[in-house]
Amino acid sequence: MSQYILRRLMIAIPSLLGISLVLFVVLALAPGDPFSELATNPNVPPEVQAALRAKFGLDDPIYLRYLHWLSAMAQGDWGFSFVSRINVDTLILQRLPTTLYVIGSAQLLALLIAIPVGVYAATRPYSLFDQLANTFAFIGFSLPTFFTGILFILVFSVKLDWLPFVYTDVPGSGIPWLLEMIRQAIMPVMVLALFQAASMTRFVRSAMLDVIRLDYVTTARAKGLGQAKVIVKHVMRNAMIPVVTLIALQMPAVFGGAIVTEQIFRIPGIGSLLISSILANDTPVVMAVTFVFACLVVLFNLIADVLYGWLDPRISFR
Amino acid sequence: MFDNNLRGMIDDVRDGRMDRRAFVKRMIAVGLTAPLANQILAIGGVAMAQSPNPYKPTKRGGGGPLKLLWWQGPTLLNPHFATGTKDQDGSRIFYEPLASWDVDGHLNPILAAEIPSIQNGGLAADAKSVVWKLKPGVKWHDGKPVTADDLVFNWEYASDPATAAVSIETYSGLTVEKVDDLTVRINFKKPTPFWANAFVGAYGCIIPKHLFAEYKGGKSREAPNNLKPVGTGPYKFVEFKPGDLIRGEINPDYHMANRPSFDTIEMKGGGDAVSAARAVIQTGEYDFAWNIQVEDEVLLRLEKGGKGKSLFAVGGDIEFIAVNFTDPNTEVDGERSSIKTKHPILSDPRVRKALALLVDRESIKKVIYGRAGRATANYLNGPEEFVSKNTKWEFSVEKASALLEEAGWKVGSDGVREKDGKKLKFLYQTSINGPRQKTQAIVKQACQKAGIDVELKSVVASVFFSSDVANPDTYSHFYADIEMFQIPMTQPDPALHMRRYHSRNVATKENKWQGPNFPRWVNKDFDAAIDAAEIETDPLKRADLYIKGNDLMWQDTVMIPVMHRLAVEACSNTLRPALSGWANQTDNLQDWYRET
Repeated sequence: MSQYILRRLMIAIPSLLGISLVLFVVLALAPGDPFSELATNPNVPPEVQAALRAKFGLDDPIYLRYLHWLSAMAQGDWGFSFVSRINVDTLILQRLPTTLYVIGSAQLLALLIAIPVGVYAATRPYSLFDQLANTFAFIGFSLPTFFTGILFILVFSVKLDWLPFVYTDVPGSGIPWLLEMIRQAIMPVMVLALFQAASMTRFVRSAMLDVIRLDYVTTARAKGLGQAKVIVKHVMRNAMIPVVTLIALQMPAVFGGAIVTEQIFRIPGIGSLLISSILANDTPVVMAVTFVFACLVVLFNLIADVLYGWLDPRISFR
Repeated sequence: MFDNNLRGMIDDVRDGRMDRRAFVKRMIAVGLTAPLANQILAIGGVAMAQSPNPYKPTKRGGGGPLKLLWWQGPTLLNPHFATGTKDQDGSRIFYEPLASWDVDGHLNPILAAEIPSIQNGGLAADAKSVVWKLKPGVKWHDGKPVTADDLVFNWEYASDPATAAVSIETYSGLTVEKVDDLTVRINFKKPTPFWANAFVGAYGCIIPKHLFAEYKGGKSREAPNNLKPVGTGPYKFVEFKPGDLIRGEINPDYHMANRPSFDTIEMKGGGDAVSAARAVIQTGEYDFAWNIQVEDEVLLRLEKGGKGKSLFAVGGDIEFIAVNFTDPNTEVDGERSSIKTKHPILSDPRVRKALALLVDRESIKKVIYGRAGRATANYLNGPEEFVSKNTKWEFSVEKASALLEEAGWKVGSDGVREKDGKKLKFLYQTSINGPRQKTQAIVKQACQKAGIDVELKSVVASVFFSSDVANPDTYSHFYADIEMFQIPMTQPDPALHMRRYHSRNVATKENKWQGPNFPRWVNKDFDAAIDAAEIETDPLKRADLYIKGNDLMWQDTVMIPVMHRLAVEACSNTLRPALSGWANQTDNLQDWYRET
C-alpha cells in the first residue's frame, strides 16, 4: 500500500506543476493591478508607482516571474503580500485557526446531523420521518447561505438581540472567553451546517437505500442478526464509500473557508482573505491560497482512495 | 475686491480690535471658511487659534473599550506606506503628526509645542521656511524620547525614492534641518503658501528613528516594526491581523492630560457598509463605523429607534462627469483619445454646455445621496473657503435642446439628433457601484428627452481605477465620450486637487496614462493660474487664482460636477467622536469619549 501511495504522490507532482502554471498565467493576465489605489491618489507621484512595480518584479515577463515564484516556493518562500507587505504564509497562518474552528465545526455538525438522519430515513423509506427529513433537506439546500445568514442576523441579532453578528477575535482566556467564542460562532456554524447537512442527508439516504436491498443484507437478516447490527455492520460500511468520497472532497473546503458566510459574519478566515486579495489584486496571496487549495484537493483525493480500500477490501491498491 | 478691507481686518485681529471668531465668520460669509481663514490669519501675522475643546473626561482611562468597525480593514500600519484612508486610519491610532486639522479646520498641535506663526518666529514672511518646535518630554511607546532627529529621519526616509513611500510627494520638495534637540526647520525650495503639509495630517505621522533607521530605502519592507507600530499615540499596539483586526490598549504615558478616555481600542475590518451601519446604528454591537456609502434611505430606516445615528463630515470630495476633449474612436500612433485629436462632437462647447444642462442634480440628490450629498456647480468644493460663487448649475431640457439645435444637431426620424448624417451618440462609462448606475440612468433619461443617444458602460472598480497600462478600460485611458467617478480631496488645500488638470499632466501613451489630466483639457489661462497659485504667498490672491481655475473649468465644461459628497459615518448615541472633514476619522482619536 505504501508503494501505491508513493506512486500516487509522484503522479501528483506534474499535475500540481500544471495547476500552478495555469493559475499563475491566469492571474498574470487578469486585468487590474495591485497599485490601483495609488493611481487615483494625487499625493502619490507616478514614479513611486513605477518604482514599486519594478521592485515587486511586476514588469518582468510572465515566464520569468513564474520561474521565480516556483523556485521560491520550492524553498518554502511563499512570497509576500503586495498590499500588506508581509509574508503570505504568516497571513495564511493567521487566518487558518479561525477557518478550521468555524468551518470545521460546521462540517462536523453537518455530519452529526446527516448520518443518523440519513440512515434512519433509509431504513424506513416513505415513513413520516423520511418525508419530513426529505422536505427539510430540500428546503436546506435550496436556500443559499447568504440568504439564511442574513435571515439569522435579522432574527437573532436585530429582533431578539441574542447573538452578535460580527465575529471577532475576543481577547481573554478561561471559561468566559470560551463561552464568548462559542456564542459568536453559533450563527455562522448553524448556517453552514444546515446547508451542508441538507445535501449530505440526501446523499447518505440514497447510498443506504442502494445497499439495503442487496441480497447479502437479506442473507444477514435471514441468519437472524438484529436490525441494528445489520444496519451498522453490513449496510453502513458499504454505503459509506460514496459518502467518504463526498466528505473527503469537501475537506479542502474546510481549509479554504466559506467565502460567502465569512463575508457576512466578518469571520477572519481564509475565504475572506481570498476574496479581499482578489479585490485588491494581491496576486501573491491569491496564488498561494489557490495553490494550497489545489494541493489539498489532490491530497484528499488520495486519502479517499486509501479509505475505500479499508472500507471495502475488494477495492485493491494497484 | 475686498483686498484692502481684509488687510484692515487682519490688522484688527492682530491688534485685538476684532475677535478672531468674528473674523472667521466674515470670511465664511464671503466664501472663505475656516481653514483658509486661519491660514490667512497665520500668514497675516496672527497666531492660529485652537478650537475650544469639548473634551469632558477629567481623568485618563476608565472609558471602557472603544469598538470601531472599518468595513475595509487596514492592511498595513506604516503611515508612509498607507495607500488608502483605511491604512492611514489604522496607523493613526499609534502614530501621530506634529499637528492635525480639527473639527473647525484649525490646525491643532499634537506633537508640536505650538503652531508656527509669524509672532512666534515659526513662519518666515517669505513663506520659504517653517520652524516647528516639539513638545518636550514626549516619549515613544517604548520609553525613548522623541527628538528632532526623528523628524529629520522621517523626511530622509520618506523622500528616498528607494523606500517607495507614498508620502514622497509631501517630503521631496523640501529639506528638513535640526536646529536643536526639539526644533527643526523646514526649508522650501520656493515660496510655499500651504506650509502645513509635511508632518501634518495623514502623511505627517512620525515613525521612530531608532526602530526604522536600518530599514531606510531598499530594505523598507523588511522592518519588523512595519507590523508592530511603536508610536506616540493615545493607544499602544497590542495586536494586528491585516485586513481583519487592530487592537490597542491605553498609553498610560500619553502626552496630553486626561487623555485618552478609553482603556482599549479595537478596529475590526471586513464585511460591507450596510451591515457595518447595522452593527452600529441598529444593534449597537460597535461604537463607530467608517465610510458608510449607502443610500440615505437605508440609513434613515436603520436610524428609526436604533442605538446610533449617522454623522456627516464636510470635506471636498466631488462626484463628477468628465468630458473627453479628444477622439476616443480614432487611433493615432497606436493611441486612442490621443492629444493630437479633437473630439468630433464634444469639441463644440455648445454640446458640452448642453450636456451640463442635462444633469438633474436635484433628482440625483433626492433619489440617491440624500443627506450625504450637496448639489454643486463647482469642481472645487472644498475646503469650502475656495468655493467659487460665480457658477450656477441648472437643469433644463429645453435650454439644452436649444443649444444643440443651434449647434446644428437636428432631431431625426428616430428621435435622435443628427448632423451631416452622423447620430448624436455618447458612450458614458463609470465604475460598477449602485449609486453611480442610478445616476447614469437619470442622466441618460434626460439626454434621451433632448435627443441624445447615450450608451451606458460600467467597469469593475478594480479595473476602472487601476493603473494597468495594458487595460483600455481604466478611467485614465478614457476610451469613452464621458465618464463619471469621484475624486477625493486629500488635504485642506486645493493645490494637489487643481494641479491635476494642468496641461503638462495630460494622460498619454507616453506617460503610460499616469498623467492625471484624463479629460485631456489644455487651457493656457488655467495653467497660468495654477502655476501662479502654487507660489503665491498672498492668501487672498491665491484663493482668487484657484477660484479662477475652477471657473475656467466650469466655463469650458471640462467636468460636469454632480455632487459634493460628504463623508458619512455611523456612531453610537453615547459616543462623542471628534471628526473633521479635513482630516482622517481617527485623526483626533485622543479627544473621543463616551457620554455617560
